[in-house]
Amino acid sequence: MADIHKLANMLKELDDQLVNCMRCGMCQAVCPLFARTGKESDVTRGKLALLDGLASEILSDPEGVNEKLNRCLLCGTCAANCPSGVQILDIFLKARAIMTGYFGLSPVKKAIFRGMLANPKLFNFLLDFGSKFQGIFTRKVDDMLGSSCARFQAPVIGDRHFKALADKPLHKIIPEMNSAAGRSGVKVAFFVGCVVDKIFPNVGEASLDVLKHHGVGVFMPAGQACCGIPTISSGDTKTFDNLIEQNLALFEKGEYDYLVTACASCTSTIKELWPNMYQGDAANRMKLRSIADKTMDISQFLVDVIGVEASEGGGRTVTYHDPCHLKNALGVTAQPRTIIKASSGCEFKEMAEAGTCCGCGGSFNIAHYELSKQIGDRKAGNIIDSGVSTVATSCPACMLQITDMLSQKKAGVRVKHVMELYAEGLRQPDVS
Amino acid sequence: MSNNALIKEFESIVGADNVMTSETDRHTYSYDAAVLDSVMPAMVVRPTTSEQLGKAVKVCNDNGLPLTVRGAGTNLSGGTIPHPGGVVVLTNGLNRILEINEEDMYAVVEPGVVTARFAAEVAKRGLFYPPDPGSQTVSTIGGNVAENAGGLRGLKYGVTKDYVMGVDFWDVEGELIHSGSRTVKCVTGYNLAGLMVASEGTLGVFDKVILKLIPPVKAAKSMMAIFPSVKAASETVAAIISSKIVPATLELMDNFTIRTVENFRKAGLPTEAAALLLIEVDGHPAEVEEDAARVEEICRQNKADEVKVANDAAERDAVWQARRDALPALAKLKPTCVLEDATVPRSKIPAMIEVLEEVSNKYNLTIGTFGHAGDGNLHPTILTDKRDEKEWERVEEAVDMIFERALALGGTLSGEHGIGLAKSKFMINETSAGTLAYARRMKSVLDPKGILNPGKIIG
Repeated sequence: MADIHKLANMLKELDDQLVNCMRCGMCQAVCPLFARTGKESDVTRGKLALLDGLASEILSDPEGVNEKLNRCLLCGTCAANCPSGVQILDIFLKARAIMTGYFGLSPVKKAIFRGMLANPKLFNFLLDFGSKFQGIFTRKVDDMLGSSCARFQAPVIGDRHFKALADKPLHKIIPEMNSAAGRSGVKVAFFVGCVVDKIFPNVGEASLDVLKHHGVGVFMPAGQACCGIPTISSGDTKTFDNLIEQNLALFEKGEYDYLVTACASCTSTIKELWPNMYQGDAANRMKLRSIADKTMDISQFLVDVIGVEASEGGGRTVTYHDPCHLKNALGVTAQPRTIIKASSGCEFKEMAEAGTCCGCGGSFNIAHYELSKQIGDRKAGNIIDSGVSTVATSCPACMLQITDMLSQKKAGVRVKHVMELYAEGLRQPDVS
Repeated sequence: MSNNALIKEFESIVGADNVMTSETDRHTYSYDAAVLDSVMPAMVVRPTTSEQLGKAVKVCNDNGLPLTVRGAGTNLSGGTIPHPGGVVVLTNGLNRILEINEEDMYAVVEPGVVTARFAAEVAKRGLFYPPDPGSQTVSTIGGNVAENAGGLRGLKYGVTKDYVMGVDFWDVEGELIHSGSRTVKCVTGYNLAGLMVASEGTLGVFDKVILKLIPPVKAAKSMMAIFPSVKAASETVAAIISSKIVPATLELMDNFTIRTVENFRKAGLPTEAAALLLIEVDGHPAEVEEDAARVEEICRQNKADEVKVANDAAERDAVWQARRDALPALAKLKPTCVLEDATVPRSKIPAMIEVLEEVSNKYNLTIGTFGHAGDGNLHPTILTDKRDEKEWERVEEAVDMIFERALALGGTLSGEHGIGLAKSKFMINETSAGTLAYARRMKSVLDPKGILNPGKIIG
């Protein structure tokens, strides 16, 4: 292990960004984690002070700082509300990379990221295999939500009500696609994302149906890799770069006007992190910048480019949960609501605290399930209080968390992706 | 007692989860929002009941441990920076609103209640708690009382002290001291509640606060007046006040701030204007119409190029968004932002504006000025980078000059941010050796071991 002085020097790279925090403490008003614990080390100001303390060698406990640093959802609510405009996520991701460089990647993460995620074919094979045998270990608990729980005491699963792997992932249903632009005159690349592919292939199918309905051509290459968000969140820049390069090789072959995804996390990763966090060669960075400029959330694309408009409401009541990666990272909040309002048979109803994090935070949910659950409970409570029959969102990771929370509460509220609602409306025979 | 024994003692009072001793945890309670060096406490204790709080105070006193109370740590004068080796007592576990009495229009709250949450609860009951410090979404009532926090509504509605009816606090012996009452009038004994206001945690540890509530405002009207010179704007402020109109809010922004805000929000502010006044009058609808018309007239008489009156909620919001943007927009320009709050009698605002120009030129510093012109409390904001040592020396000299000139104009060192560590060395300039000696004598009797937030206010 490198010495602490060396770590301090590495963290000094962040000094120009760290110094912008004026310690006003306004992040305490918006941080979902701080709202639960009230501990300064859980809020951004505290974490930035800890990084600063380590960089200036006031502190001598890098393990302690690292542990606090990882207690964060990376939801970006603080960054979106920071009076000084501190580049918080940028700092946190860089700091995690520095810490991972210092401590090394945990053996489990190494096995998952470098052994599996970095090799999409193997990843697909293993999970296809898993989908066939998961019933041995798990049982269904809520038919409406399609959630399962462990049949017996199992590590990691714990008390979770999780969405099991789909019987058939999207890459088995529709391996690839390359259709010409139809009446819209527009062609998009479709980035599937791991959770849509393996757990919610129906969201992928719905998205493709919707694009077809609007006469949008689709380029969807086979063999897509993970967008990289789990790796960069764990500071594994090596695998992150590797995944980006694999995806870049696939997506630079196609010609398209926009790149769309149905996953808020993938969208914000491609748009913000690919060009900014990739450390490989400059020519690739240029290409990533150009892809990022063309990248959009699918609802945003349908409203802003295709011109889908809200229509008369009526039917089942639907509320919307803002994924952090759309609201905080990209400022996209209106378009998914417009799509719900445009969906036949849906009556939109706003809920309280729609823009507050659901508590998933990717691997935060695995490492800090109790906290994640407390934050998610509040989200579930707001959904239930709104009295709707369906909650929709634009991020499959949020869908997993919200499904878990609602299933445990036996709430009787459906969880849907915005694209599923819209596609269902289109499939109704009386809708043109 | 040894350090381990002390930790055990505190754990037995507040529970092991509420005593923090790790280096990382302690470091996160070593600073506040003031531009000052951090100081590491020995431990952090988080009581969750009144009884625990009292016991924790007594343990500190019995063991001669310096004690600094901390709410949200948004203090701008270093009042929540702990003493080396001291104990930080957090109040965010004491965050219950104990009573909102609609009939008698008062509320009783624990010190850790967040200001904005309290104001919202009060509003739900059809009443109004006016003090609105800039940090209200996170700041606590305990902190607001300890600092006598102000805000935008100070001109007409006063500041925190005008709403404190009583304070229950723990003395260093762990006795609960009662002061004030739930009545409008009360002359029972010394006004100890008044003594607690702005005491910055140096005289007692707040347990509960009784706050006055008032009926809500019936109507309000906002406007933005655009001026060709700061002088004209500041003379307008004086003219409005002397015409016996008291706006709820009367805020000024100088050209530098206007340009910065416009660059930040692109809301169509007049970037050519030398100064803006943002004004709100409130009260009975008829009175509001009359006052608004009169204020508009006064602005025009005082050379305003234009007066834009907000006609609906959206326009009104746009006016106040510009003001809310002032600090965040300025803060984004440079890493360090020194926000001052020296305050002058409001008729001296034109003179103070000239002083700030002089300071900016003399020390070659960027200063954006905005603030509560109506109550004489401007916020000259010096934009700098504390890592630039040469510039930082000039900043310190500039701050000295601002204080000196504000005092010469009959003003005060701090309108609403407190003295804390940052301004204690200037106390003598505003008061006198005798005044400080009196304050120190009082402190030495009430806190013989000097454990209550040592070093703050009186040095």
